[in-house]
Amino acid sequence: MIRDITIGQYYPAKSILHRLDPRVKLVSTLLYLISLFLFRSIAGYLVATVFLIGIIRASRVPFGYIVKGLKPVIMLLMITVVFNLFLKKDGEILFTVWKLSVTTVGLRNAVYMAVRLVYLIIGSSLMTFTTTPNELTDGIEALLHPLNKIHVPVHEVAMMMSIALRFIPILLEETDKIMKAQQARGADFESGNIIQRAKAMIPILVPLFVSAFRRAYDLAMAMEARCYRGGEGRTKMKPLRYKGRDRAAYGVMAVYLVAVVFVGRYVPLKVWIF
Amino acid sequence: MSIRLEHLNYIYSPKTAYEKHALRDICLEIPDGEFVGVIGHTGSGKSTLIQHFNGLIKATDGKLFYNEENIYEPGYNMKNLRNEVGLVFQYPEHQLFEVDVMSDVCFGPKNQGLSLEECEARARDALKLVGLKEKYYRSSPFELSGGQKRRAAIAGVLAMRPKVLVLDEPTAGLDPKGRDDILEQVAFLHRQTSMTVILVSHSMEDIARYADRIIVMNHGEVMYNDAPKAVFAHYMELEQAGLAAPQVTYIMHDLKEQGIPVDTGVTTVSEAADEIMKVLEKIR
Repeated sequence: MIRDITIGQYYPAKSILHRLDPRVKLVSTLLYLISLFLFRSIAGYLVATVFLIGIIRASRVPFGYIVKGLKPVIMLLMITVVFNLFLKKDGEILFTVWKLSVTTVGLRNAVYMAVRLVYLIIGSSLMTFTTTPNELTDGIEALLHPLNKIHVPVHEVAMMMSIALRFIPILLEETDKIMKAQQARGADFESGNIIQRAKAMIPILVPLFVSAFRRAYDLAMAMEARCYRGGEGRTKMKPLRYKGRDRAAYGVMAVYLVAVVFVGRYVPLKVWIF
Repeated sequence: MSIRLEHLNYIYSPKTAYEKHALRDICLEIPDGEFVGVIGHTGSGKSTLIQHFNGLIKATDGKLFYNEENIYEPGYNMKNLRNEVGLVFQYPEHQLFEVDVMSDVCFGPKNQGLSLEECEARARDALKLVGLKEKYYRSSPFELSGGQKRRAAIAGVLAMRPKVLVLDEPTAGLDPKGRDDILEQVAFLHRQTSMTVILVSHSMEDIARYADRIIVMNHGEVMYNDAPKAVFAHYMELEQAGLAAPQVTYIMHDLKEQGIPVDTGVTTVSEAADEIMKVLEKIR
């Protein structure tokens, strides 16, 4: 069950996206996320959709696997949709349920917001699907390198991030194991009211914390034993270098940005209220 | 009363890049009161297999009967199954969580809905059985040594009085004395209560000493399922599967090759010693 959480995990496959420099993917993801808020017309959404589909195809990550990653955020999505749907008062009234009325603007906002959120999550999870945690932190470290000048400990922050990311699957597995062990002793996590359920979490959380601390100590010890002393003077075995495909990817991104802004603002396309 | 598996298959994360066919077409029967050893190299599917026995993992395909009832039937009482089939995980000490040893061991019986006195009585019995001294009953489980923690955790399962006890490498990471103690206690329990015991281990020596029957797992399939003697006769094949027969098997085979007519079928050190003495006396 807990193995099914796919958001933020790496998906091994052989694709052009997997081979790209992590810096390209980080910058592009950021640009894509921003681009989603640069237009308000259906034409813009079409461009963003086509681009996203293209990227998904290029990543060779199965679509079903990506969709599964959306599951944990469905609640959040529903709340956003409901709020947008009922709380917008301007525009024509479409229909009224009890005291709440849905207006054209409300419906439009709700749909747009839902699509944006879904694209946002898919876009960013595509990055984590195609980039190993190590590459990711390498990329972040390289991108944030200039901040070293103002005494931000970039390397340390990147190292902490990579450790945190590395530990997600380990702790998930650990949780799964502890849950099973307590279930084997008759623990029940599914029934009862909210307080009983919260109490039922104690037999999982205590061993999980204990093991997290134990692992942290072990890791710290192992790092010290290998003479790790932070980023100063540390070199890389595989330094990041831009290649032809990375420049091409930046090019594709630039074309997309221009297209989405231009189409989104100047192509007059209207379907019903959208 | 038995556990029977029919054409059981299990696939981890089906239809993804992480897909792994962990168990293939497993057919097994474990009758009541037997001491079964399960052996196999890392990743051979032993741990996956035993988690099926109390329904923690649901098979992708196939049937599992406990007392002739298919546990995958809708409406089957899983909780009852878990009461009867006790599972001790690998490194069970990692699941301790209570403020003291006593309350932790009581966790299982408490979930069975027993009264506080009954829980404590069972916990005391279980703790005595695993040989944990009374002075530790009220100390925090996190203050105990590794071996003591292990005993407390095993007691946590024993206190539920299961009819079938499944142990996943209960001796991993223990010193030889701790290992022998725990296995002896399990064997004692088996003799005393005629409880079915399923012991997963890496050590052929341990398994050979206690098990009536050995199930050898290899790449998610049952490779051998036979009495220890018969299984160790295949010691060449076992080696190819990344396992080894007990060291005495090798010694006996070597002796025989050197012209000393010993029986190569013995499986434990004491049997081997007797056999060698017997042959030596005959030669003299």
